[in-house]
Amino acid sequence: MSRGAAIRGGLLVVLLALAIVFPLVFTNPAVTNYGVFAMIFVTAASAWNIFSGNSGYISLGNAVFYGSGAYALGLMAKGWDVQGAQVFDLLPLVGVIGAGIALIFGLIALHVRRHTFIVVTIAVFFIFQLMAANFSFTEGTSGLNSPFLTWQPVPYNQNFYFIALGFAVATIAVAALVRRSRFGLQLRAIRDDEDRARGLGVKTMRVKMSALVITGSITAMIGGVWFYYINQVQPQTGFDPLWDLQIVLMAFLGGYGSVSGPVLGALIIEPGTLWLNTQPQFSGGYLSEILLGVIFLLVVLVLPRGIIPTGGEWIKRLRTHGRPAVAAAVAPEKVGAAVLAAGRTTPLQPPAKDGGQ
Amino acid sequence: MARELYQAIVDGILVGGVYALMAVGLTLIFGVLDIINIAQGVLVVLGAYLSYSIYGHLHIDMFVGLAITIPAMFVIGVVIHWAFIRRLRGTERTSMTLLVTYAVALIIEGILYKIYGADQVQLNEPAINGTDASIHVLGFYLGYIYVYGFILAIVLVAAIYVLLYRTRFGRSVRAIMQDETAARLVGIEVNRVAAVTFGIGVAVTAAGGMAFGATNAFNANSGYDLISRLLAIIILGGLGSVGGALAASIFMITLESVVSIWQPTWAIAVFYAALILVLLLRPEGLFGKKAVRAQ
Amino acid sequence: MTALLRTEGIKKAYGGVRALTGATISVDEGTIAGLIGPNGSGKTTLFNVITGYQRADEGQVLFGDRVITSLAPDKVFAAGIGRTFQLTRIFPRLTVLENMLVAAQHSRRQRHTVRRRAMELLEFVGIGGHADLVAGSLSYGQRKLLELAYVLIADPQVILLDEPAGGVNPTLINHIADRIRELNSQGKTFLIVEHNMEFVMGLCSSVSVLESGSCVVSGPPEMIRTDKRVLDAYLGADFEDDETGPPGPADSPADPAAGEDPSDVVS
Repeated sequence: MSRGAAIRGGLLVVLLALAIVFPLVFTNPAVTNYGVFAMIFVTAASAWNIFSGNSGYISLGNAVFYGSGAYALGLMAKGWDVQGAQVFDLLPLVGVIGAGIALIFGLIALHVRRHTFIVVTIAVFFIFQLMAANFSFTEGTSGLNSPFLTWQPVPYNQNFYFIALGFAVATIAVAALVRRSRFGLQLRAIRDDEDRARGLGVKTMRVKMSALVITGSITAMIGGVWFYYINQVQPQTGFDPLWDLQIVLMAFLGGYGSVSGPVLGALIIEPGTLWLNTQPQFSGGYLSEILLGVIFLLVVLVLPRGIIPTGGEWIKRLRTHGRPAVAAAVAPEKVGAAVLAAGRTTPLQPPAKDGGQ
Repeated sequence: MARELYQAIVDGILVGGVYALMAVGLTLIFGVLDIINIAQGVLVVLGAYLSYSIYGHLHIDMFVGLAITIPAMFVIGVVIHWAFIRRLRGTERTSMTLLVTYAVALIIEGILYKIYGADQVQLNEPAINGTDASIHVLGFYLGYIYVYGFILAIVLVAAIYVLLYRTRFGRSVRAIMQDETAARLVGIEVNRVAAVTFGIGVAVTAAGGMAFGATNAFNANSGYDLISRLLAIIILGGLGSVGGALAASIFMITLESVVSIWQPTWAIAVFYAALILVLLLRPEGLFGKKAVRAQ
Repeated sequence: MTALLRTEGIKKAYGGVRALTGATISVDEGTIAGLIGPNGSGKTTLFNVITGYQRADEGQVLFGDRVITSLAPDKVFAAGIGRTFQLTRIFPRLTVLENMLVAAQHSRRQRHTVRRRAMELLEFVGIGGHADLVAGSLSYGQRKLLELAYVLIADPQVILLDEPAGGVNPTLINHIADRIRELNSQGKTFLIVEHNMEFVMGLCSSVSVLESGSCVVSGPPEMIRTDKRVLDAYLGADFEDDETGPPGPADSPADPAAGEDPSDVVS
């Protein structure tokens, strides 16, 4: 195992250990609360990245899956009279529903060009918000309430933390697997040049759809978890346009398209947002909007590729400082190859023994 | 019953004209600059607030007030372009412009909240949008505000057409639309033309905002509803097609108006239903160009 | 020798512009054929039609005895016709090796076999050392080589090259020509669009000349080089060369609607 891989592996283990130990050290539920939300958003942002980051089709409507997951869980629990911890057994079904919505959504929206797609995600988002507010079975603007969980505050938060952590770790694993796989390669090729990829035989529709289904399914499930944690969902909380923007911002801030980027972004932004909302001057609501907009602008304009890729580049620059960009070819008789490697217009000549030229 | 239907149609056409104004600006910005200006919705609201404040403090006729708000919005548009959009480059530029303008929209909305609060207001100039301020034609009541608004919309859209097709500036704009690099090569200052075009696209929201503000109760939050309609309209009409935006606006708003007779809450759903239909059957919109496979 | 790739009377118009007006060309198996013509004569459009990136209004494209006129690009690629683009289309954010792997779509072979073959091809074209570099950081010339390599990974029978020598330095041009000859000796057929006359004349055994959307003359390079119609095509029919005297009846430009009879080509 190379040194780089060993370091990264070790780092992962350490981080995971820290994450697991976190609520056991900081037992105050108010602190654990931060952890729960952070893990929820790590899941949602990573899930967003699986489709949007890899394919380049930016979705500003993942809240559709999130809110639908919340509502689905609420409706099922109510309809089938499921109580207590058994509600969690419904989550896989919520995932299936999320996948189904993604399928329908993809069939409608994936035929259009990339920028039109973003617009469509916005439109579909508003449709869902409208439906949630106006259908009678979703209880309109008062929303749904979740069944009662008989856990005490400290274990309540802790248990939800571990559940959310589990989802987060699983999602990161899925994201890493996707990235390494041929499927992920095809997605990224689609992002670079979809037509060319299609021309080379990549089944673009199928590939995009599969990724969207994965994203939708995970996001719906974590939406269900969120719903159960805060015990209620309303049209404006389950389908919140700012939520969509936050997710995208997290992915961009940390590193659009990378596996660890959304994680970092979520870990920075979500606790920050939560903390800000406890400050009096921010409770009015509009300041947090302005701040979100400003940070977004800064990230997109100044750091468009995000912290991790840019940071990676800086590190590489420091490490390779002074060295030529590409090493010269090994075999001097391969003159052609040497020309290419050095990027010169005249062939490299081995130093002439008699001092000519 | 039929009378209600006809009234709804007439209302729809008139209001559709006003929406056309806002939609044309949006589609123009996309067609020429490849920018999706999500902030258009909140900019309309800004225009509405401007008209509202000007009328409230200076007591000048709202249409006359446009002489102030239109240039003001133009400047705001130019500033937004210059400060935030100008430096976006690369293959995913259009997607980036969407994110950037969304962020700008948030900031403007937040500022409007701070200044005006959350209460809904409406621009009220009795002579124009009071309860008796209407024309009686053939038994239909056409509110002055709607009629004037519609006329204003036609005038401004026509003005944009003239600008695009009969002036040197318009020629530069069309050149950039076709090939930015070639335009640069013949000496067109693309950045300047782009900023001005963006400014024009935003300036029309001043007129749209005034009409919107005079016919609806609004607050800073109204931008979302607006932008979702506008986006559906320009996709339906075809991104970049001015004629398409015009036709789609009138069609969609009229349709919604008619459906409202039976189902007021769900009338907005017709927007989205039409959007989905279009996406399934003709993704490039009614008047849009089919995406040609590159090279 | 048999014609492996043929087009018959391809017509293609965009709005009022008639890009192809009955283009008929023929490429024999195992040859390196050239396609030349002034700008706007329809060369790239013809390539697009052959490879499915554009649909012909009329006419046929035949691959062996199979009609492939309306096949989509991926089917054309799978059928055995590879193609490069004038403005190199590679996947800039993927590494060089990953570019190769994307093109190895329909390969049912094992992953490490594909990888090995990809590396071999990269070495063959001369950029093997760059396998882990992000493709976007390659120079223009290196990108051309990458495009050639990944088109090869599908082991096509025919390779269409769109201006392989355009914008590259002379040494690299020779290198590319060399690789083409090498591949040809292994049995691959080529159709090359080029402006660089030396390149075409030195490499191709048969050259077709497109003008205003159809093929005006076709034949071996020596014949093409001196054919009056070719000069007319490039310089305009009014051009009179003082040394050869006024145009005679035998030198009148070919009828563009009829296309040229490919039986002129020496087999």
